[in-house]
Amino acid sequence: MNGVPMEHGLVLAAVLFALGLGGLMFRRNMIFVLMSLEVMLNAAGLAFIVAGTGWQQPEGQAMFLLVITLAAAEASVGLALLIQLYHRFRTLNLDVASRMRG
Amino acid sequence: MMEHATTLSIAQPTTLLPLTFLLPLVGTLILAFSRGQLSYRASATVGTASIGLAALTTAALALGFAAAGPQQLTLWTWIAVGDFTPGISLALDGLSLTMLGVITGVGFFIHLFAAWYMRGEDGITRFYTYMNLFVFSMVLLVLGDNLLLLFLGWEGVGLCSYLLIGYYYTHSANGWAGFKAFVITRIGDVFLALGMFLLFTRLGTLNIAEILELAPQAWQAGDTTVELAAFLLLGGAMGKSAQLPLHTWLADAMAGPTPVSALIHAATMVTAGVYLIARMHGIFELAPTALYVTGVIGALTLLMAGFAALAQTDIKRVLAYSTMSQIGYMFLALGVGAYDTAIFHLMTHAFFKALLFLSAGAVIISCHHEQDMRRLGGLWRKLPLPYAGFMVGGAALAALPLISAGFYSKDEILWQALAADQQGLLIAGLVGALLTSLYTLRLIIGTFHGTAKSDNARHAETGRGLAHGLPLVVLAGLSTFVGAWITPPLAEVLPAGPGDATHVGHSSLELLAAATALGGMALGVWLFGLRRGWLRLANRGPGAGLWHLWHHAWGFDLVFDWTLVRPYRLTVWLLKSDLFDGLFRLLARLVRLLHLGLSRTQSGRVRGYAITMVAGVALILLSLALVIQGT
Amino acid sequence: MELAFYLSALMAVLATLGVMTNPNPVHAVLYLVVSLLAVALVFFALGAPFAGALEIIVYAGAIMVLFVFVVMMLNLGQATVDQERQWLQPRTWLGPSVLATVLLLTLVSLLWRGDIQAVIEGGGLTARGVGTLLYGPWLLLVELGALLLLAALVTASHVGRIGKVAAPSPAPRDLPTGASTPANGQAHQPSTNGVAGEDV
Repeated sequence: MNGVPMEHGLVLAAVLFALGLGGLMFRRNMIFVLMSLEVMLNAAGLAFIVAGTGWQQPEGQAMFLLVITLAAAEASVGLALLIQLYHRFRTLNLDVASRMRG
Repeated sequence: MMEHATTLSIAQPTTLLPLTFLLPLVGTLILAFSRGQLSYRASATVGTASIGLAALTTAALALGFAAAGPQQLTLWTWIAVGDFTPGISLALDGLSLTMLGVITGVGFFIHLFAAWYMRGEDGITRFYTYMNLFVFSMVLLVLGDNLLLLFLGWEGVGLCSYLLIGYYYTHSANGWAGFKAFVITRIGDVFLALGMFLLFTRLGTLNIAEILELAPQAWQAGDTTVELAAFLLLGGAMGKSAQLPLHTWLADAMAGPTPVSALIHAATMVTAGVYLIARMHGIFELAPTALYVTGVIGALTLLMAGFAALAQTDIKRVLAYSTMSQIGYMFLALGVGAYDTAIFHLMTHAFFKALLFLSAGAVIISCHHEQDMRRLGGLWRKLPLPYAGFMVGGAALAALPLISAGFYSKDEILWQALAADQQGLLIAGLVGALLTSLYTLRLIIGTFHGTAKSDNARHAETGRGLAHGLPLVVLAGLSTFVGAWITPPLAEVLPAGPGDATHVGHSSLELLAAATALGGMALGVWLFGLRRGWLRLANRGPGAGLWHLWHHAWGFDLVFDWTLVRPYRLTVWLLKSDLFDGLFRLLARLVRLLHLGLSRTQSGRVRGYAITMVAGVALILLSLALVIQGT
Repeated sequence: MELAFYLSALMAVLATLGVMTNPNPVHAVLYLVVSLLAVALVFFALGAPFAGALEIIVYAGAIMVLFVFVVMMLNLGQATVDQERQWLQPRTWLGPSVLATVLLLTLVSLLWRGDIQAVIEGGGLTARGVGTLLYGPWLLLVELGALLLLAALVTASHVGRIGKVAAPSPAPRDLPTGASTPANGQAHQPSTNGVAGEDV
């Protein structure tokens, strides 16, 4: 075996992404939803790294940097919202905050 | 250097001319942008002062006019489309100066009176905003040197009339009255617009002076085109001036505050039609049929409105029909070619009718908003000033010989009709004079004499203050022979009437007219004051029918309702549910159904949205995969 | 090299599964840390040590500390665990899982058919290359990232403020049963002010 085929790396990213997606869809607790989001972002970053190293181009890692920045921003805003949710409803159940229904 | 100094001099009409409409405009803007923050006193002060300054400007203009003659001033080009370049340009001549004096002078006193009349009312700022806007529009109307600018003012005054009739908007009847006035005058405005189009297509200009100059070259007298143009202009004038058959709005327009009735629906706006015909006299000179029809319409209106005024119980409605009747006189004068006489009567009518309306307003306020003659009476002791106003104004209205302003102008109209050899019009005018005397006496006796017939009248409060007294006194002064001394400088603008050349038989006609007026007054005193038993005839049999007919002003409203409104509504009702509408309605219902379905999906739950989105992504990717597999 | 990749990949997948299925928030956060560390190992194995280091420092370090901090601050105890257990019924997760699986299979099948033929051998890319790229032609990206972080800072410090926004909020009409009504006006802890924004 000589080197890892790029497909394998991308499949790993897809698996992690799908796991995060599943968690996002079936978890009701906002803290888990945020974690699922982190997993998904991380999977996207992984895909960039895999592609970047596979084609020997530094752009992949540059994009990974942007993804990681995004993840940090998303986590801070998301956690602030979580605190608000808990403060207002005394629960982390996301389904409670459904006042914007049609 | 000297020239420079003189052009900047304040007495120069060219610099003063724009002030006449800028001052009311500034007043409007101040009031409109104050957002109701101004106090009652501040609003009234701003509203009245702007018109007062405009009146002073007009006085200065009149002095300048006496020295320098007509002025022409182009401010800027309004629109430039090819050769068509109507400007914001003003023309000051004897005719527009006369109108300007009436608008700003009488307008100022009415604004002043309104400060007394409107106290305690809500929305005084709104009232003065509309009033100032009205004066602005009216000044533009008379100063515009082209028909387009005139039309701008024409529509502006119509708008203000609509707004002010519906001033007490909490009652829907007032709104409907404003609506009616707006729609009916709009019919006339369409005619006026069509007339403008016709003149423009044939003569290539809307400048009034150019039209009057070009028209005799383009057409011979009696030419079909010029007759059509004159009829269209006449249609516009009829709508604005409430002449048959477009007159029905004016009586209902009394729903507005009384100063509005005085300013808009008596003194200025309704006479705009007379001004228009006088201004476009060159067209009418070429169209004898249209001119004759003008006179006939005036005669019919004055008779119709005279009879209707006899049977009104609301004092403002009496005055409204009287206004129609007096404008009928003006149209009669126009119809016999005596334009200057019509404008003279317009001026005196503005004085005495404004006086009558303001006196009526004083009575109404003093009697706690009671304006039904049947519930008034015996007021002359308590309200001496309005009583005097009614006496002087009524005398002028009924043309009391020698001492009233109305006598001079009305007698002049009758003389011109005789001189033009229009016996029919003359007889109509004489009968109208008799009617005028009768309804004036009925109005005064019913309101001020006899016994008070309601608590409101018994507890009348005498009006006080400068804003109440000064306008009545000044207008009363102008309604006497003093007003008749003012000779409008019209000789340069308007052609001489048929009666200006000769005076054969003038004195005998004067005697006849004076006898008619005095006879009518004597009859009125006898009928309404001394032998009231006669009036019971109006309660039964044919008398009651006649009363009913006159009370509803010959039933024009009913006729229009049955011939126009109802068929129209029937048509609308028939067309309401046609096939195509059904199609569109089906479409709308479908969309609404879809909307309902889609709004169900908006559960407000983020997880639901995520699942939906993922399902969509999966579907797209899956179909993509299948397509790739297929190739 | 390859072995490291596959081992750490397996670890990442298992740890992520743990995140998704564990009812205890603290355990889930720890599983997430493990998962992120495993991904960092994958980066090392693929020859991107700079990215791996960043992953450890930023993700497993800063962001996860934030999560742990919030979880501890909210003091989610046994009640939360029980509720999570109750929510994690097959009825709840079956549908989304099937959906995610379908998506995964589609992705994988598309990848497989893509015929990329690239093999990652590791090495060759240094932090220096990434740095020259970032501060050369991609400078705008750095600026954008800075702006994004600033915006997040402002947003978090604004959104996270408690007390001034809406004091004990009126109980919404559609508040589900089970949630305690906040109408009794509990005192707010001033110490929670701006917590979420500190670490950005």
